[in-house]
Amino acid sequence: MSDLALTIESADPRMRAVVTPEGVAVSVRLASVGERATALVLDLLILIVALIVVAIATAVAGGHVGRTAGILLMFVLRVFYFAGFELAWNGRTPGKRMASLRVINRRGGPLTPAAVIGRNLMREVELFLPLSLALAGDAAIAAGPWTWIATLTWVGVLAALPLFNRDRLRAGDMVAGTWVVVEPKPVLLPDLAAVRSAVYAATGPDYVFTAQQLVVYGVKELQVLEDVLRSSGQGTTALQGDVARRIVRKIGYVHPDGGGAFNERAFLEAFYAAQRRRLEAELAFGRRRRDKNDR
Amino acid sequence: MALELKSAQFRREREGVWRELETMVARAERHGMGSLDGDSLARLPTLYRATLSGLSVARAISLDRNLLDYLEALCARAYLCVYGVRERPSALLAAFFAWRLPAAVRGAWRAIVLAFIVILAGVLAAWFLTASDPAYYDSFIAKNVQQGRSFDASTDALRASLGGGGKDVDELGAFAAYLFSHNAQIGILSFSLGFALGVPTLALIFTNGLMLGAFLALFASRGLLVELGGWLSIHGPTEFLALILSAAAGLKIAGAVLFAGREPRLVRLARDGRDAAVIMMGAVMLFLLAGLLEGLGRQLVVGMAARYLLGWSVFAAIVAYFCLAGRERRP
Repeated sequence: MSDLALTIESADPRMRAVVTPEGVAVSVRLASVGERATALVLDLLILIVALIVVAIATAVAGGHVGRTAGILLMFVLRVFYFAGFELAWNGRTPGKRMASLRVINRRGGPLTPAAVIGRNLMREVELFLPLSLALAGDAAIAAGPWTWIATLTWVGVLAALPLFNRDRLRAGDMVAGTWVVVEPKPVLLPDLAAVRSAVYAATGPDYVFTAQQLVVYGVKELQVLEDVLRSSGQGTTALQGDVARRIVRKIGYVHPDGGGAFNERAFLEAFYAAQRRRLEAELAFGRRRRDKNDR
Repeated sequence: MALELKSAQFRREREGVWRELETMVARAERHGMGSLDGDSLARLPTLYRATLSGLSVARAISLDRNLLDYLEALCARAYLCVYGVRERPSALLAAFFAWRLPAAVRGAWRAIVLAFIVILAGVLAAWFLTASDPAYYDSFIAKNVQQGRSFDASTDALRASLGGGGKDVDELGAFAAYLFSHNAQIGILSFSLGFALGVPTLALIFTNGLMLGAFLALFASRGLLVELGGWLSIHGPTEFLALILSAAAGLKIAGAVLFAGREPRLVRLARDGRDAAVIMMGAVMLFLLAGLLEGLGRQLVVGMAARYLLGWSVFAAIVAYFCLAGRERRP
């Protein structure tokens, strides 16, 4: 695994790196058990409704053709509902689509039909068997209570497998070599450094920092500052004021006008731009200062 | 100080390409790749690669986290779009039958032999036990499966149960469909139980072997073995082959968990799991064929010799296909 992949995974325990065939590691976020359960419940609801519709249609149509078609349709729905959608929609079922989840190949290649079919046939033992055992009538339990309990425990452990591994893999994911990830949502916001440079172009720099003032913080603090600047809603002004005062104290900044025209938001934007310029210049020379303690 | 940041300049120059890719990917995700016109489709890979290289550059020069996150998400999304299940269904099917399926089946020969031995052991054990003491019969075959075929039945009744007709011809389609879906379900179960280290898979097919053995013992005791052979031959070889393949696919998964060798277990499992899925698809098709043979063929083909001939020639053709097809093509 590359250093980058390790960096990606250490930042957030749910982030994973997928290496594309072009050799670039792209990070994806694994779906949580809750998100997957949501998608599964949605899919099961759709499946049950479809099965009921087929059953009613079969009963209404009647005749041998209706019965034959009904039996085959039930089978196809139950066995190929998930696989069919994941094949047609590139790793998504209706439920996954609603929950913005997607199945991907763990090793970075395309999602193969064999993988899709393999991961979904395993549902037989992970999902349908536990369900039918749990819903089995009293007769089945009375016939062999210990067998029933033993089997239920066994398949229960299989069904609960995603809770016991880091990658939230169910048996089907293990067999098929797949991950279920959250659909990444790209949102590009305005560049914060560019905001200040527009002001500078008009009036010239109003907040100036010395070289010593820019070696105090590292990348981590810069990106926290980015979050602070991008935050919105209640208490934002207070938060930004607080952060600005703390930075002024820490780096020993003295405002030229004796604090008269000092604007906290403008100060933070200017400091962000200056700090980023400095750290990016260091980055160009191969030095990445991770945080304030990294010297 | 008024100079633009290098990373901001980089972003300004490339943003158009990213936005174009973003629009295209969003469209492809909502309406499918087919909704992109030829021009967009031709540009997609170029835009994707340009954005991917943009991500690499951004990681090296930019500390704007929103930009990095954006590119990261956009690349992941475009990657999923560009490298989805892309082959046309017809090409996939052709490759599946031409070499993928027979190659996967040949690759699993050890598991197939093991599954065969286990079924055979079940057959022989039940036959031997039932022949020595008919009381065993009821423990091998549940009452509801017997349908009157027991040691209490008369020889004539047993012989009659092997005849054809019986059912209304109109009902045969539904009967075949029922047999197919029921048997395929058992096959899929024996496949997926392979994940539980294969023991339940073996138990399941052993039980099936026991049932067959007990039947053989019952009919043999009345001198009806040849007739039963004809009755079973028509679909039995295909159906048992399908069951053996399902079990072999499950055992392949079990083998990957148990004997991963030097590879990490998950890597081995993912590799063998796909082969197992291919075998399982073949098995489902065989179950369909067996259902047709059993539901239609057995009711329509009544002659003893014709039954043997039909059943075993279909079986021989399937085995020849698995052994010979697609040898020149290596996956």
